[in-house]
Amino acid sequence: MNQQAGMTLIVKTVTRISVWLILLYGIYIILHGHLSPGGGFAGGVIIALAFLNVMLAFGRDFIKNWLNIEMLHDIDSSSATMFLAVGILGMAFGGSFLANFIPHGTLFNLVSSGTIQVLNIVIGLKVGMGLFIVVWALALFHLDRKELK
Amino acid sequence: MTVYLLCFTLLLVGIYGIITKRDLVRIIISSGIMGYAVNLLIVLFGYKNGSIYAIFIKDTPVSPQMMVDPLPQALVLTSIVIELGTTAMLVALAVRLFEKYQTFDITKIRRLSG
Amino acid sequence: MPVESWLIFLLSFMIVGSIIALEMKDLLSAVISIGVVGLGVSVAFLLLQAPDLAVVQFLFEIFSIVIMVRAFIKKDYHREEPSRVNKILAGVTLITLIAVFFLSVPLFKLLPAFGEPLMTTSRYYLENGAAETGSANIISAVILDYRAYDTLGETTVLFTAILGTLTIIRIKKRSKVAEEEKP
Repeated sequence: MNQQAGMTLIVKTVTRISVWLILLYGIYIILHGHLSPGGGFAGGVIIALAFLNVMLAFGRDFIKNWLNIEMLHDIDSSSATMFLAVGILGMAFGGSFLANFIPHGTLFNLVSSGTIQVLNIVIGLKVGMGLFIVVWALALFHLDRKELK
Repeated sequence: MTVYLLCFTLLLVGIYGIITKRDLVRIIISSGIMGYAVNLLIVLFGYKNGSIYAIFIKDTPVSPQMMVDPLPQALVLTSIVIELGTTAMLVALAVRLFEKYQTFDITKIRRLSG
Repeated sequence: MPVESWLIFLLSFMIVGSIIALEMKDLLSAVISIGVVGLGVSVAFLLLQAPDLAVVQFLFEIFSIVIMVRAFIKKDYHREEPSRVNKILAGVTLITLIAVFFLSVPLFKLLPAFGEPLMTTSRYYLENGAAETGSANIISAVILDYRAYDTLGETTVLFTAILGTLTIIRIKKRSKVAEEEKP
């Protein structure tokens, strides 16, 4: 019981402050995917690691109250559909599947390059939520296996 | 060419691990080693001497002739992500097998059939 | 020092690290060694002018180490020692792999030398990428505009792998609930 309740007080206090900064960093890397190295995949993994940090520091039961796991499932599944929707909209407006139909804007701006930024956000959400759900399910399974013994 | 051969050796170490080892965890580790070796080999094919990374920076003119080959890097990005999905699935299978047979040894898992 | 010398040193270090990861009896040391090999791959990507790949490789490798440690390391795990190594299989495999290595040396001689790629398609991507897609990162332009269909395939594979993992993990809970509900 004590092991699943999390780590020491120092770890909990530092996590309370730093998890928001890690989430902000992940969102920054996703949004600047077309200007600096990173993109959707790296930013998504950083978001998943931020949630994993909270789960390791506060225990598995805390996550059940803090995050709605069903909502994470829904975001994960609907991101896959949104990728396809961007593609079909590209076919409607641009002429071919996944065409870049949003106007490009000027180079080096934050909001530029059309569907590249939209696809980065979609991929970041999908990878982040999906990977965290895998680790959460493995932790759940780990606890059940110990209780069985 | 020495670099290519060393990377191929890393791939052969991974293949040796998958064929010879009996512990499920070693097999998962060997598949990870093979994944690293293949990704590194593809990126090695695309390096250009004296080049710089393929990102345009504001107010710093970089000629596209001095940039590294971006196509192998884009393909390897896909490959790294898929490697993680494969490893996660192998780990889930290994955990379920351990829970049923109480061992990680693949020869013992073959013997018990029910 | 030129890049090639650094890469030779790094690759030798990774080969030694991976042999250690396969031969160590302790499981935690093996997982840590494979983590070090992944870190070496990330540094090699940095030396090969691929910062995008270095970031992605480092983060995904940390994640797979976390998954492996979380699943396999528990307090009452006793080391599974195999009674004997199958010497015939190990010997035949070693001889075959050494033969494959020596047979592949003329194959690697046919490739262009290290540091002089052919770049037939990439020349078009580098020269016209920024103007046509409007993005400064050419790798993002390649994976999300020129080859976005491959990224759709990759997203599907990741989605399927995650769904498969969840299905494998959750079968036990449903069967346990079904056993409890039986009268």
